[in-house]
Amino acid sequence: MSSQIFAYIEHHGGAADDSALELINSAKKIDPEAKVTAIVPGSGSEADSVAQEVAATYPEVWKIDNSELSYPNAEIIRGLLLNVLPKDSVLLVPHDTLGMDLAPGLSIKIDSSYVADVVDIEGADGDTLKTVRQEFGGQVHSHVNCDISEGAIITIRPGVFQADESKSASGEVVDKSSEAGSVEAKRKFLEVEEAEVGEVDITKEDVLVSIGRGIGEEDNIEVAEELAEAMGGVVSCSRPVVDAKWMEKGRQVGTSGKTVKPKVYLAMGISGSFQHMGGVKGNPYIVAVNNNPKAPIFQIADLGVEEDMLEFAPELTEKIKEMK
Amino acid sequence: MDILVCVKRVPDTSENEIEINSEGTDIEREDLVYSVNEWDNYAVEEAIQIRDRVGGSVTVVTVGDEDSEEVLRREMAMGADQGILISDDAIEGCDGKGSAKTLKAEIEKGKYDLIMTGAQADEGYAQVGGMIAAMLDMPYASLVNYLEILDDNKLKVGREIEGGNTEMNEISIPCVLSIQTGINEPRYVGIRGIRKVANVEIPTHGLSDLGLSGDDVGEKAAKVKRVDYFVPETGEGAEMLEGDTEEKAEKLAEILKSKGGIK
Amino acid sequence: MEHVLISPANATILGIPAWILAVLIPVVGIGAFAYIIARRLIPLAKAESDPRFDRIPLRIKNVLKFWLAQYKQPRYMLAGVLHIVIFIGFLILSVRSISLVIVGFNEGFVMPGLSGALGDVYNFLKDYAATLVFLACIVAAVRRIFFKPERYKVPPEYGEDHTAEAVFVLGLIGALMVFESLFEASHVAAQLQEGMQAEFLPPLTLAWFFSKILGGASTAVLQPIHTSSYFLHDLIFFFFLCYLPFGKHFHVITSIFNVLFMKLDRGTIKPVRHGVSEEELDNLESFGVKYFEEFTWKNMLDFYTCVDCGRCSDNCPANAVGRPLSPRFLTLKSRDYMFERFPVLGDIQPKEPVVGKVFSEDEIWACTTCGACEEECPVLNEYINKIVDLRRGLIEEGNVPQSLQKPLGALEKRGNPYGMMEKKKLDWSKDLPEGTEVKVLDKNNSSDTLYFMDSATAFDERLQEIAKATTTLFNNLGTDFGVLGKAEKDSGHEVKRFGEEMLFQTLKEQNTEAINNSGVSNIITTDPHAYNALNKDYSGIPQAEHISQYLLRQIRNNQLKFNPVTDSELVFTYHDPCYLGRHNLLYDVPREVMDSIPGLNRVEMDRCRDSSFCCGGGGLMLFYESEEDMRMGQKRAQMAAEAGANVIVVACPYCLVNLEDGVKTSGMEGQIQVMDLTELVLQYMYVSS
Repeated sequence: MSSQIFAYIEHHGGAADDSALELINSAKKIDPEAKVTAIVPGSGSEADSVAQEVAATYPEVWKIDNSELSYPNAEIIRGLLLNVLPKDSVLLVPHDTLGMDLAPGLSIKIDSSYVADVVDIEGADGDTLKTVRQEFGGQVHSHVNCDISEGAIITIRPGVFQADESKSASGEVVDKSSEAGSVEAKRKFLEVEEAEVGEVDITKEDVLVSIGRGIGEEDNIEVAEELAEAMGGVVSCSRPVVDAKWMEKGRQVGTSGKTVKPKVYLAMGISGSFQHMGGVKGNPYIVAVNNNPKAPIFQIADLGVEEDMLEFAPELTEKIKEMK
Repeated sequence: MDILVCVKRVPDTSENEIEINSEGTDIEREDLVYSVNEWDNYAVEEAIQIRDRVGGSVTVVTVGDEDSEEVLRREMAMGADQGILISDDAIEGCDGKGSAKTLKAEIEKGKYDLIMTGAQADEGYAQVGGMIAAMLDMPYASLVNYLEILDDNKLKVGREIEGGNTEMNEISIPCVLSIQTGINEPRYVGIRGIRKVANVEIPTHGLSDLGLSGDDVGEKAAKVKRVDYFVPETGEGAEMLEGDTEEKAEKLAEILKSKGGIK
Repeated sequence: MEHVLISPANATILGIPAWILAVLIPVVGIGAFAYIIARRLIPLAKAESDPRFDRIPLRIKNVLKFWLAQYKQPRYMLAGVLHIVIFIGFLILSVRSISLVIVGFNEGFVMPGLSGALGDVYNFLKDYAATLVFLACIVAAVRRIFFKPERYKVPPEYGEDHTAEAVFVLGLIGALMVFESLFEASHVAAQLQEGMQAEFLPPLTLAWFFSKILGGASTAVLQPIHTSSYFLHDLIFFFFLCYLPFGKHFHVITSIFNVLFMKLDRGTIKPVRHGVSEEELDNLESFGVKYFEEFTWKNMLDFYTCVDCGRCSDNCPANAVGRPLSPRFLTLKSRDYMFERFPVLGDIQPKEPVVGKVFSEDEIWACTTCGACEEECPVLNEYINKIVDLRRGLIEEGNVPQSLQKPLGALEKRGNPYGMMEKKKLDWSKDLPEGTEVKVLDKNNSSDTLYFMDSATAFDERLQEIAKATTTLFNNLGTDFGVLGKAEKDSGHEVKRFGEEMLFQTLKEQNTEAINNSGVSNIITTDPHAYNALNKDYSGIPQAEHISQYLLRQIRNNQLKFNPVTDSELVFTYHDPCYLGRHNLLYDVPREVMDSIPGLNRVEMDRCRDSSFCCGGGGLMLFYESEEDMRMGQKRAQMAAEAGANVIVVACPYCLVNLEDGVKTSGMEGQIQVMDLTELVLQYMYVSS
């Protein structure tokens, strides 16, 4: 495969995101020999420090320093990338809110193929890249082939590829800022409105009792709260519980919610979608309670209990109280 | 404001398990029921609310077959002014870019101030909106959960980003937005409403009406193709506890204690 | 009888002949009254039609039972007795009142027919009547002012307290009694003064007391008392008459009509519009009540007739758990709105949507249609039809809570609110023991009897136990039966009552076709909502029976026998489901089934039979999330505990899940067990080996 492979580096507060270390491993599945170039769009000292940081992982880093990028505005970034990406490049981007904003339009502008939210890459067979995706909320997998003869943009689901922590590269940082030039965008960033912080900050808790759709109705949340109290933890939840307005947004664990790093994560009535589990970091001990034995969470959890959470939780609460 | 919303007819998967057919070429569709893609429905509701506030029109369009008409009718029963069906055998086998090209051609036939799609649909690509915007050279914002009209030339939109935060932007009109669930509370569409629009005409446009051919957008042009559906070999997964409810609860309590789950 | 004092007809006041006043007051009074009534009738003339002139003999019987015999009043004994006294008193005194008016300008007037012995009897009665009414007013006033019964309280969101109005009216009535008695007593006192034969005043009556008090007074004192009490009585009487249509005492006039035109068919829902057949529904411009004029004239008559007694809200389960629904205030708000929009003096106000102005969406969705309010109302006001019509209006506007949109969408797509695939309708039958057959009725299989499960029993895991128990019972009793399988859709009972009429029609058509194609001649169901739907909402299908009726028949035929209850700790109570009890009057059948089990110790809860407390509702109500302080099921479970029961027997799947849930969330799990009648029968059934 002759195309050059690029990895889009996302960063916050001057440090690269976890996805930065994952993308290189996904690139290696496309072509184990490829020299992968990291692209770091940013502004000022932040762009500098991130470029230096990823130079320990990538053989080459292209830094694009643009004063408009103190906040990553996808509309501007797209224009800048258009000016630096060589023809027929393969660009890997994390499938997150920035990736979803940036990538589809970019694939049109550079006239290349687009595959989104890839969960595995099986390799390149000539000009055909073999990927694996999921559909229907993760219930089925599919093999998807992508013609990369004229390049491709591939968005990679965060967390599916291992992070390369080796820091064994000593990449060269190339300043592509002037080549990137400047771009007028018709979308202007204003500010980020933070989600309200409720009385409870789940991101700081060690023990979480997390509830999902299986809770059934708002009144049943009591049952989870009693269990959390018995365990000395706190109740968190998945998105459907917040959408139904049964718990506040601050309790939501997931890619569009909070990122938590507990020691123990008790997932009750949660199916285990990647958007939810994407918010669980730090490799906690995960226990799943669900009455559907096929629920994807049983693939991810350390321990599984096939039970109706509404019946099991009070029982568990009792046993814990007896133990204390 | 004249608004166009792209909608898609998708299988309803929430309560029911999706299964793969014996050949592995598709999911088992026999007992499936279909409805409008949930994100698209939020987009149509938002469009209707805008129209009711500032005037204009709401058009819903879909790329599909005659079954897809039911989805257009439902959105019209909800309040959309008109529906357009784009249907042509030659579109079969297209990829996301092909759909986007088709829709872009349709959009160019009219004059719209705002184009909306749902943030994503059943396949989870979340691509059509962004592609259309690039093809039309319009600004784009995805995952929109807040929309405010500032004046004739620009909107203020909020995007849902990580951590549950909202990224506020100013975007100029015309633009393309992909809409996230939760932006509003869609109104109910009852059987009566659907029956009321049962006989409203929905024009069908083929590729030739749009100045396109099967070679432009159909299977031949597709660069991305799904080869099959499969169920992956499951790894070990979780260790499952045995026993009756009480026994499991007791065992779990002990394990939780040992793992630091009980403070 | 000589007139010692100058009678009003002959008196003069300030030089003017008093009879002029005696004519003027009634003429003005009646004239004003007629005008007020005419103005009050205007909204009814603009309202939707409502045919209420059928079954006249039954209607007259209802008037005699509910209006004349005050049948509902004793449900609250003290208030009931007080009211009966005042009511009967009024009826008796009505003759006297009319005579009194005429006496003012025609001195010797006596009502035709009352000149002889009958008249004496009447006079005797009327004095006691006036006295008792007077005493009742005092007791009532004391009760309102000092004891303030709970049900009269006015929560702040509904405005000011009503005690002042109530006491004012009691005052007016009391004054009428006082002045009528004084008028009479003053004359008698004068006659006695002169040593003449006085009219006889029955002892211990008000008039008698007054005559004793006035015993020593001179004519100079008695004459003004006599004349002024007459005219005060006259003024108050006509003032009161004209005051009636401005408040809750309008019921004095309207209640007889309200009862005459009352709803005759329990458990039914009014059509979308009277006179418009189901086939024509598509042509209607608008469904439901969005503007006030879309209520029917009978609905409006209800609003006028409300007596503000609070008995409805006192028994409303939604109100009891803190939902934003109070039937009493739903009615009073409507009445006040009518007074405001259609004033007696002034212009009629333009129309506006009633939701938001008069009603809130939450109060409209909060109702479980249990019918407790309608059962209590002493003037037979209706509520359920109004709520359904308001819901129809909301549905048409698309104004439906998200929690209901999902099950409604599922009902449309899958024919059940759970969204489960049709082919899974009989999955529960896979668990049945060997030899228990569940036959699907189709061209290869037929039966006379259909077991209609409905959605909850088919798809809810706990409720599938009812289906299994029932089919096992049928097998044990050798009853051949079949099921419709995936052709059976939800009965649509709650779909109709939540206002989605066209979806209901769709489900009804599908079920009717499936039932008729199956060739069955009778239907048995374990679900009272399905029972009510099939019998009341559907037509052209065989009669449906509830499982309890089938079981009682088997018991009476000696086909079903029982082993005795051996655990003496078990105390059973039966919870009347709304749709078996109140809406279908099946109170005794399930109890007889239970009582056929030897050794079964059964107690009754305070609120039982027609005052049973709704479990929380069925069908779509299971999905609706209302603001509430607690669940109805919790409250009901507590009532069972208070009655000393540890087993609650239900005859409805929704009661089963709601009460089990209520037991769990009240922390009584393990102390109280909830079981379905079918499970009870199966447990104790004697099966010869």
